[in-house]
Amino acid sequence: MLFFSFFKTLIDHEVTVELKNDIQIRGILKSVDQYLNIKLEDISVVEEIKYPHMSAVKSAFIRGSVVRYVHLPAAAVDIPLLEDATRREASIHAGKAK
Amino acid sequence: MPPAALGRPPQLPQLPAQMFTTAAQLLDLTDKKLMIALRDGRKLLGILRSWDQFANLVLQSTKERIFVPPGTAPNQTRGLYADIERGIFLVRGENVLLLGEIDLDRDDDPPAGYDLADVELVKSLAKQKKLEEKIKEKAKVKKLSTIGFEGEN
Repeated sequence: MLFFSFFKTLIDHEVTVELKNDIQIRGILKSVDQYLNIKLEDISVVEEIKYPHMSAVKSAFIRGSVVRYVHLPAAAVDIPLLEDATRREASIHAGKAK
Repeated sequence: MPPAALGRPPQLPQLPAQMFTTAAQLLDLTDKKLMIALRDGRKLLGILRSWDQFANLVLQSTKERIFVPPGTAPNQTRGLYADIERGIFLVRGENVLLLGEIDLDRDDDPPAGYDLADVELVKSLAKQKKLEEKIKEKAKVKKLSTIGFEGEN
């Protein structure tokens, strides 16, 4: 659930989502769920001319399973907090394994 | 279910907490006109009427829109598109790439650089394009495999 929580901290920031079919969609992250499905608003498509089907689309629900990368705004990532959360998550799992 | 609730449907169904956000995202899109991109590259336009937590979808008044980019036919400088009426669609969630909500103000404008064309013409051009791409992809995979790469999928 770490990345679910992490993406929740990025809500209302602008991100670029790259899908497995190479299309890149930039928009405001509005929502994310436990499957890392992503809802973007006010979207714009990188290389729009190659993807004419997106021209009238203003917001998109992207299925988590088709995402290749999410490009994040570096300024919006609290690295020490993420490190702490990662260690905490790891220690929980280590505890469970015993 | 508490006994009082038996025999009549609840007024507003309470969703389990773990599916809350998926549901909330799809709930916003219900009864709206959407563009659905499928894993096989198809684009559907329709009204979302029902769905579940896997993003299985039911669409009404569905149209499939096919596109051919410029340069598919000789001397074709602009892209072409056409719509095929498909009716009601039930889409299994795993095949969904994305759901896009259509801005109704821009819905009637053709995509930039594209013109509406005859269905049969666009169909045959799209078929030709697909065939060309298949041959190209095959050559690419073959070349990659000689240097030790396995293709995606």
